[in-house]
Amino acid sequence: MNSIQIKNNQTISVADIPEINYPLFFEEITGLISEHPERHCVNYFGYRLDDKIKLIGCIADDNTHEIYVSSSVVHTDDNLRSFSKDHFCFEKFEREIHENFGIGFVGHPWLKPVRYAHNRADKSQTIANYPFFSIDSEELHEVGVGPIHAGVIEPGHFRFICNGEQILHLEIQLGFQHRGIEQLFLDQKNLLHRTTLAENIAGDTVVGHTTAFSMAWESLCGFQPSKDIEFARTIALEMERIAIHTGDLSAMCTDVAYQLGSSVLGRLRTPMINFMQEWGGNRLSKGLIRPGRNQFPFTPALAKRLEEVFNAYEPDFEEMAEQIRRLPSALSRFERTGIVSYDDVLSIGTVGMAARMSGLNRDIRASHPHYLYKEINHEPVIKHHGDVYSRFQIRRNEIRQSIKYIRELIKQVPEVEKTGKITETPRPNSFTISLVEGWRGEICHCAITDSKGELVIYKIKDPSFHNWLALALAVRNNEISDFPICNKSFNLSYSGHDL
Amino acid sequence: MFDNLKIVYHQGKQFIPDVTKAKVPGIFRGRPVISREKVDEKELQLVCPTAAIGTNPVSIDLGKCTFCGECARQFPSKIEFTTDYKISTNIRERLIIKEGEDQPIEVDPEKVRKEIHQILGRSLKLRQISAAGDSSCEWELNAANNVQFDMSRFGIDFVASPRHADGIVITGPISENMAEPVQICYDATPVPKIVVLVGTDAISGGIFADSPAVDRSFLSKYPIDLYIPGNPAHPLTIINGLLDLTRKKY
Repeated sequence: MNSIQIKNNQTISVADIPEINYPLFFEEITGLISEHPERHCVNYFGYRLDDKIKLIGCIADDNTHEIYVSSSVVHTDDNLRSFSKDHFCFEKFEREIHENFGIGFVGHPWLKPVRYAHNRADKSQTIANYPFFSIDSEELHEVGVGPIHAGVIEPGHFRFICNGEQILHLEIQLGFQHRGIEQLFLDQKNLLHRTTLAENIAGDTVVGHTTAFSMAWESLCGFQPSKDIEFARTIALEMERIAIHTGDLSAMCTDVAYQLGSSVLGRLRTPMINFMQEWGGNRLSKGLIRPGRNQFPFTPALAKRLEEVFNAYEPDFEEMAEQIRRLPSALSRFERTGIVSYDDVLSIGTVGMAARMSGLNRDIRASHPHYLYKEINHEPVIKHHGDVYSRFQIRRNEIRQSIKYIRELIKQVPEVEKTGKITETPRPNSFTISLVEGWRGEICHCAITDSKGELVIYKIKDPSFHNWLALALAVRNNEISDFPICNKSFNLSYSGHDL
Repeated sequence: MFDNLKIVYHQGKQFIPDVTKAKVPGIFRGRPVISREKVDEKELQLVCPTAAIGTNPVSIDLGKCTFCGECARQFPSKIEFTTDYKISTNIRERLIIKEGEDQPIEVDPEKVRKEIHQILGRSLKLRQISAAGDSSCEWELNAANNVQFDMSRFGIDFVASPRHADGIVITGPISENMAEPVQICYDATPVPKIVVLVGTDAISGGIFADSPAVDRSFLSKYPIDLYIPGNPAHPLTIINGLLDLTRKKY
């Protein structure tokens, strides 16, 4: 046994994770992944253990609903055999470990900094001197965009290599948003402070990340959430999906200069987020979810109100969505633009919508279900072309699906149950992993505690961590004028990536 | 063509006619009111994750508050959040609400620089910089310009280049990695220019105030013309704040 099999949200003793030497660890992890598209790496990270580094690899199996966890202890001056040479999905994980601790990976294509983290091993490298890939040529030119963008969005730098109007290569440099969140999780001992940090990982995925944190924390403390807590969080996750997908469809219309679609879908997002305000007092659901308690129970009165909101939303949404589907000028921009093939998404290990757009079935709601998803029997929306239009269709169909789920769920609103108080300190020497399908895809939070129950590492992985590379591949051989629509169709998070 | 007209007809009028008087739906955590009731002040202070609560007299600093509402939950007779969303001001001290106070937070027209009224009063073009903001305030700034809030009807717009701008709007606590781009963008904006901070993270660092990965030295170099608190700031808070700054006459 070179790895232990656990379920989503299960807390185990750190001692139960097999600790094997690196060559065996290499065989174990790559062996699990090879020829198994249903398995993928949900997290791979290191943390300091005295003067050594302990590496933890987590591979999820979508068919058996289990997660394989294995570990190995290495030194910071080691040069290890790289996973990425044959399995490109580890490329960024290894860069991150290299950046944080200085460990070398032999055979890795290019160990560039990931986010210029404050705690990085080599402080002589700064964000202003990022080593971009470049080509010497008389015909080609480079276009640099950012870190500050033309719109009101987060910062990041895009470096295009173009042949005339055509993009040959795009490199995305991130890290500008780095606020040291993972370190703050360790430094700040107050539970409300940590919950607020989780809310601020990515402002458009407040419910997703706070749910992941709450699940991890409750599991570590041995707290069993009541039915009404699970109910409220499931509804909130689906509401967030509807709201953001609607806003993104609006933004996609903006980027193909379809003003009517942009305005109508933009205003249709408002009733969804205003409902969240009626429920929890904040349009982006901040303050709604708290570990160990139901801060704002979902009441029958809210159910009735939500029913009205959906009744008003659906005809307007369907009318607009149908109009876009029949509009040649929009379709000609959406179809066959920004394609990523099945082989590519599998190789780089994308998650969520960025996997489902190309026929790769990855959806935590179906593969590692938690809360009410166990009863919903969720069927992921899968498309096969991997283009902007596939991403458009996934968003449209997921909105319909989420409304259907919520309508079904709110027919029976559970009573608020009295739960015990959650303990302040988690179990000592424990490991827990929590997976949540946010609207963007799989969110993974891992926590490890020491002998006193204090956190020694809190590792956060936003779906954008994998999916940014999909955007870089999508724009190849497209016109540079199609970059905005490609970018918006993914709508990836800078802050979730940079932490 | 006719289909599009049909949609326009079905949508009707969506804009909010008077953004200064609009009501926000449901529960909303806006300007707090603190009663004079005696409570254990030490315990009250410990509740707040960002140390926004002060004592003697009991006060809440909206520049630090994350509007999580935990203090009001635990001390309901002491603190209550009202739905008053007009909480922007140009004076930092006015964001500190003391016990027994229940009056609106306003821009002090005396302290607004003369050129803001004269030159920027009828047309204000702003360059937004997200400096490690989590994208929630950015979403609300975008929402302030959607068809419902429609801020551009007042001549206030966001522009793509600092060269076209009359000022910068900063969101986020300003990370080390964004410190230089913020400075470059500010320097590239022609004078006269204003600096607006949107959201708790920008005003005080918020939940990230203690992070060593944050570099807020830029803010101590220049005067701040407007503070728009919130986590994130509500579009109505943003619009009313900017209107008060540029239009309020004395």
